[in-house]
Amino acid sequence: MDAAAAREATKAIPGVPRDDEGPVFRAPWEAQAFAMALTLHERGLFTWSEWASALASEIKRAQAAGDPDTGETYYRHWLATLENLVAAKGVASTATLHRYRDAWDHAAERTPHGAPIELMPGDFG
Amino acid sequence: MSDHDHRHDHSDLSETELRVRALETILTEKGYVEPAALDAIIQAYETKIGPHNGAQVVARAWSDPAFKKALLEDGTKAVSTLGHVSRVGDHLVVVENTPQRHNMVVCTLCSCYPWEVLGLPPVWYKAAPYRSRAVKDPRGVLADFGVTLPQETEIRVWDSTAETRFLVLPMRPKGTEGWSEQQLAELVTRDSMIGTGFPRTPGAPS
Repeated sequence: MDAAAAREATKAIPGVPRDDEGPVFRAPWEAQAFAMALTLHERGLFTWSEWASALASEIKRAQAAGDPDTGETYYRHWLATLENLVAAKGVASTATLHRYRDAWDHAAERTPHGAPIELMPGDFG
Repeated sequence: MSDHDHRHDHSDLSETELRVRALETILTEKGYVEPAALDAIIQAYETKIGPHNGAQVVARAWSDPAFKKALLEDGTKAVSTLGHVSRVGDHLVVVENTPQRHNMVVCTLCSCYPWEVLGLPPVWYKAAPYRSRAVKDPRGVLADFGVTLPQETEIRVWDSTAETRFLVLPMRPKGTEGWSEQQLAELVTRDSMIGTGFPRTPGAPS
């Protein structure tokens, strides 16, 4: 995985916040979401045109629901698109995504502040 | 000397962070991604995540004594007046380095890390050995990073909590009299705002 792949992605997908050298992120999770899409694309789970169209639908849906579309929410739509595509491709259902989300919440709750948060089997209720 | 009290005793992740972690775990379990490969991509962008905000805050404080005073009194409020940081969390405390005292921040493990101003925490910084050593032997940890302080400089270690996050205000480098805020901001490194480095020296390659 290299900068060239990231540049290719920023060219293929409209609206990716970027500077002269490539994408920029407002938060670590945005970079994580970006990296996951890059990796899944490389694995062949979707093409960039497929991704771009799924992202566009997600943005349209969010705008209809009152999203201000200031660019601040771009990666929220990106994450929702990842979740939708992962479900649509049969990798993980929406229910599974929720179960893991709740498990991570449980893991954070029981982890003393300052210790690494790790997911354990017991976190799945 | 360390400030190591934890009033808030558990970790905290935002809704978005929970969803991102859920996805990453599932994709890892199914063999679609390797965490190390994701980290490598993210590290490639570590300077592209947020830290310019912090550098601007520091440069303003170096240039504008009134702003600096406000910043040290109430970091969250002062930073929000700059307008380009959308959210800095509830309590951002800015601690000033002086010849007498050097500040250093630990804890990057959950939402306690002020990435809005500092950018992405470096990987080494998240490691458990760093955390425990930083509290017990801050001078030794700093030496590992090539940071040597005069023996008489006290090192104060600040451990972020879920409520309070810290930003180090480094000392303004010598030889920058009359510099613009923009020029000054370019000297401010992420590590200098964590307290594990110094700002760049004027004229040195960046």
